Amino acid sequence: MSEQLDAGMIAEQIAESDQLSRPTDAREIGRARRRKEDARLVTGRTTWTDNIQLPGMLYVAFLRSPMAHARITRVDTSAARTRPGVVAVYSGQDFADEQGSLPCAWPVTEDIVIPDHPPMAVNEVRYAGEAVACVVATDRYKAADALEAIEVDYEPLEAVVDMTEALTEGSPKVHESGNKAFTWKFAGGDIDAAFRDAPVVIDRTYVQQRLIPSAMEPRAVVATTDGETFTLYSATQIPHVLRVMLALTTGIPEHRLRVIAPDVGGGFGSKLQVTAEEVLGLLITRRLGKPVKWTESRSEGNLTVHHGRDQLQRISIAAERDGRIRGVRVDLLADMGAYLMLVTPGIPILGAFMYNGIYKMDAYDFTCTGVFTTKMPTDAYRGAGRPEATFAIERAVDELAHELGIDPIEVRRRNWITHEEFPYTTICGLTYDSGNYEAATDKALALFGYDKLRAEQADRRDRRDPVQLGIGVSTFTEMCGLAPSRVLGSLSYGAGGWEHSSVRMLPTGKVEVITGTSPHGQGHETAWSQIVADTLGVPFDDVSVLHGDTSISHKGMDTYGSRSLVVGGIAVLQACEKVKDKARQLAAHMLEASADDIEFAGGSFNVRGTGSGKTIQELALATFAAHDLPDGFEPGLDADATFDPDNFSFPHGTHLCAIEVDTETGESKIRSYVAVDDVGSVVNPLIVEGQVHGGIAQGIAQALFEEAVYDSEGNMLTTTMADYLIPSASDLPDFTTDRTETPATSNPLGVKGVGEAGTIASTPAVVNAIVDALRPYGVHDVRMPCTPERVWRTVAEAGETAWAGPPSAGDTTAWVGPTAAGDTTAWVGPTAAEGTESEGGDR
Amino acid sequence: MPRITITVDGITYQEDVEPRLLLVHLLRDRLGKTGTPIGCDTGNCGACTVMLDGVSVKSCSVLAVQSDESDVVTIEGLARGNEWHPMQKAFHEEHALQCGYCTPGMIMAAIDLLRDDPDPSEETVREGLEGNLCRCTGYCNIVRAVRRGAREMSQRSAGERAEQEVPTP
Ligand code: FES
Ligand code: FES
Repeated sequence: MSEQLDAGMIAEQIAESDQLSRPTDAREIGRARRRKEDARLVTGRTTWTDNIQLPGMLYVAFLRSPMAHARITRVDTSAARTRPGVVAVYSGQDFADEQGSLPCAWPVTEDIVIPDHPPMAVNEVRYAGEAVACVVATDRYKAADALEAIEVDYEPLEAVVDMTEALTEGSPKVHESGNKAFTWKFAGGDIDAAFRDAPVVIDRTYVQQRLIPSAMEPRAVVATTDGETFTLYSATQIPHVLRVMLALTTGIPEHRLRVIAPDVGGGFGSKLQVTAEEVLGLLITRRLGKPVKWTESRSEGNLTVHHGRDQLQRISIAAERDGRIRGVRVDLLADMGAYLMLVTPGIPILGAFMYNGIYKMDAYDFTCTGVFTTKMPTDAYRGAGRPEATFAIERAVDELAHELGIDPIEVRRRNWITHEEFPYTTICGLTYDSGNYEAATDKALALFGYDKLRAEQADRRDRRDPVQLGIGVSTFTEMCGLAPSRVLGSLSYGAGGWEHSSVRMLPTGKVEVITGTSPHGQGHETAWSQIVADTLGVPFDDVSVLHGDTSISHKGMDTYGSRSLVVGGIAVLQACEKVKDKARQLAAHMLEASADDIEFAGGSFNVRGTGSGKTIQELALATFAAHDLPDGFEPGLDADATFDPDNFSFPHGTHLCAIEVDTETGESKIRSYVAVDDVGSVVNPLIVEGQVHGGIAQGIAQALFEEAVYDSEGNMLTTTMADYLIPSASDLPDFTTDRTETPATSNPLGVKGVGEAGTIASTPAVVNAIVDALRPYGVHDVRMPCTPERVWRTVAEAGETAWAGPPSAGDTTAWVGPTAAGDTTAWVGPTAAEGTESEGGDR
Repeated sequence: MPRITITVDGITYQEDVEPRLLLVHLLRDRLGKTGTPIGCDTGNCGACTVMLDGVSVKSCSVLAVQSDESDVVTIEGLARGNEWHPMQKAFHEEHALQCGYCTPGMIMAAIDLLRDDPDPSEETVREGLEGNLCRCTGYCNIVRAVRRGAREMSQRSAGERAEQEVPTP
């Protein structure tokens, strides 16, 4: 039997079975395909990390510091060891020789201070929640019980919660070296000239409150070893980067370490990290030789998943009286928290290139100081630096409009890069390859009914309606698709920005795609299948996408910063093209034609002008049988590709928000929200829309609901979902979303990236709307989150006499709409008082 | 240790449980029903929602002993063989999930809210899902899915009634 069953027979059997798939010329790219991922997700057959059960598995629980800052003088684990089910108890000291420092891979300046960051504290704790000891036990309840028996003596040290305070002389020190991590500067043009004798200067300070990313899936880690090799399952966005970093941190050789990111329940940047628990999971399994699991509780997560934002932004705009911007100056304090984690210092730096927004200007100046405080470190959170930048410029441009009495949309029109001016090199040195701000804005205004809402606003102001209507706009662009590697290198980023893919056709004509991106909800399996189906002419269902396992997807830079499609999707496309080139050679050979005479259509290679051809599936089977291949042709129809783009991509859009603010209760209710985004060409409109929705929700959450609060001692007050208010369905409106499509020129698909757009745009749109509602009360800022209490207080503090506008008849017509040229028409309301904001010159 | 009898997705189990064991841990760690995930420890997120005797509950807020003698349906017991429940289908059709972590709980809560109102308005759905948090979708598509699922469920039950009324030959 065995000698008869040669490859040819298998090939014949395949060819005769109905397994050999057929080509197709259905267009998949651009189609609203329902997602492949959904099947397992809606039926509960998902592999979350916490679902993984291995024989003999033990559970780890961490004892965490109740104090923000203290010296550890004694840790006694002896009593805990005797508790039922306890297998081992470790303190930081027990791992002192073994645990390397948690890595920081983005040293933004040469003299940056990167403090040692042990996964478990050894001598000192620097934020509440830092791990001090851990228990390993036979079940999770027993592990948690035994924590109580560990005795730790702390010698309290003073906490430093506020950045400004941290920088003052005599402040308690978070680290020996002081509380300043770095100062990073960046400039373009002559900023002094721009501000010298500027007719108008807007100077504002905004608080980017600290946020907790709050992915719905808590972090989880499973580590196991067979004595030789190690496997780590983790709810991570970055299995590939993690593997390298863990090898360096634990000393486990990289080739003996496999990292698997199974299904991951959300990330938003919070799982772009190398965490203490991942390192310790490996160290513990190495010591005990048993598989171990740790799953975070939500309250543990709020304390110890890296936080986002937390910046104090001073922004100044120098402008002409007609609203044209001369220059922008930004001075930023960025709260690093107690340590620098994987890309902590780089987050505000990413934003540095975006404070100019979509506007032309002559000069720009940016300074960022990274500050240590005794709080959980900050790091990437959806948008990472760009939401902060966009917020500051879009708020400040609104202030400029208000100061000058020009409609906020008109001010934007006067400054933005026009469609004809692309590609345009900004004052920050980025080249925006394509964009059309006019088109997106016009579409958004029409959908929103801008003029009608302005009329209603005027009416409510006239009537002094206690419920005022506010209209907020934000126009934005962002940089997506991190790469290019060269540019990342010049910013001292510790890794490249390329992405990898392998595409392999199986003997039956089915296709496996391996991608270095590591999805956690973005629908890569579907979108990548669409790209493959179109490029190779195979049915969508014949493609499967493998990811998130370093022993399968051996190369990759993972998923963050809206880079997956823009970089990873293009790598998939390029690998498909290589497969096709190879198939074309074989087709030429089999059809006895020259490769130049072979044309590819609908999944079939045909000799031009003749009826003869071979489907790509037949060719895949032929390379498997390999009976008749051209000389030197390697069996198999597969190829690898690595793509490193030569520019970022720049999605943009216009978001508009109408909000009703009850000035008597402080309550805000979003009445309508319109978003027109331009994310370039679209592979799957369904997925794009979903991403925009989710992004908007997270941005609104920053504007209205969320804040991680520490008290002055450094205790966190928002450890549960009851205290940290993630919006529910009843807190949010239905969003109206639409698109314009201006393809990117920096990649062959013309795609730009969409993951963060909504979050970047929505926060300033909402806050601009709230401030707009309250303008007549003399209000020109409300600190985020704009909770009812804060809004009410702001109005109350403005006082009885505050009602400043519209003060007299006739002024209510002041808004002339975005199209009118009559810019200087009077908005006479509160501007007069605010005129004192102009200070001109330097500061 | 108390012994309980519990039926989960049609199979009856007898289990010795510690009095403090949470239903969600019994389901996940002991019975292998990992389709129900955990998102918080305060009963706020709804990820762990299952049906307990026909009513949706947050299984992180129920002790296993409290579920003695009861009938639990999880997301894994919702489909009939390979045929998805209309609500599962509707979530797929409307792209009402991204990472999918909240999805099992959302679907269970959605089905339960239709007991009171088989044809809910957008507002009713939004209020009805208040206890279930999603961090990915912004809820627009979830709301659409629930309303679509509701329509399909009423059609299905109408169909089933019609079927029952057809006299067998
Ligand atoms: S896990 Fe049960 S409500 Fe959050
Ligand atoms: S789909 Fe990710 S939490 Fe709802």
